[in-house]
Amino acid sequence: MAHPKRKTSKARRDKRRSHHAIADVTLAKCSNCGEMHRYHHACASCGYYRGRQVVNAANA
Amino acid sequence: MRHRVKGRKLSRTASHRKATMRALTMALVKEHRITTTVAKAKELRSFVEPIITRSKEDNLLNRRMVFSSLQNKETVKKLFAEIGPQSVDRPGGYTRVIKLGFRQGDGAEMAMIELVDFNDIKPEGKATKKKRTRRAGKSNTPTTTEAPKAEAAEDAADTAKAAE
Ligand SMILES: [Zn+2]
Repeated sequence: MAHPKRKTSKARRDKRRSHHAIADVTLAKCSNCGEMHRYHHACASCGYYRGRQVVNAANA
Repeated sequence: MRHRVKGRKLSRTASHRKATMRALTMALVKEHRITTTVAKAKELRSFVEPIITRSKEDNLLNRRMVFSSLQNKETVKKLFAEIGPQSVDRPGGYTRVIKLGFRQGDGAEMAMIELVDFNDIKPEGKATKKKRTRRAGKSNTPTTTEAPKAEAAEDAADTAKAAE
């Protein structure tokens, strides 16, 4: 079986991880209550979505 | 290559998947609005919509076709008595899926799927839904009453959104 010949250096390791960042979640302000909510999601605090549609109360 | 591969497997065998779709359909027909995972909600659309289309016209063939995919008399009865007639004017798109966020236990993304014709929003603000009252809790927003909504509402909401 193949084995590593050298220990991976910190630089090499960290360079590999340079693409591992998690992307930010895009938020928008709720038009009803002003809280921030995820794009394309109902507002978690008031349940509104797209202007005035009420989806549900606080928790889903 | 993922060419021409439709649908989701939902980590189930074919029979399990079928049973899941039936169960979800029964629930949706009964409640008009259910909460499930996004994947199941989206998969459910392509399962129920053809069934609802069938149930718009009440005849023996359609009833048998619908029954063959659901295997449940009560659901078929309700489809043809209630949901079909209500949906005659809608050329497809009977359901609406709205994402709700992530579930605590396993982080699955949840969604609400509802029958559009039974969950329309009132044209003039203050529109609220069943669930709202049922799950009243942290919510602080005023005016919440339960009411099935008139039809024009949705379009109104869309236009309002577009105007922003
Ligand atoms: Zn809100």
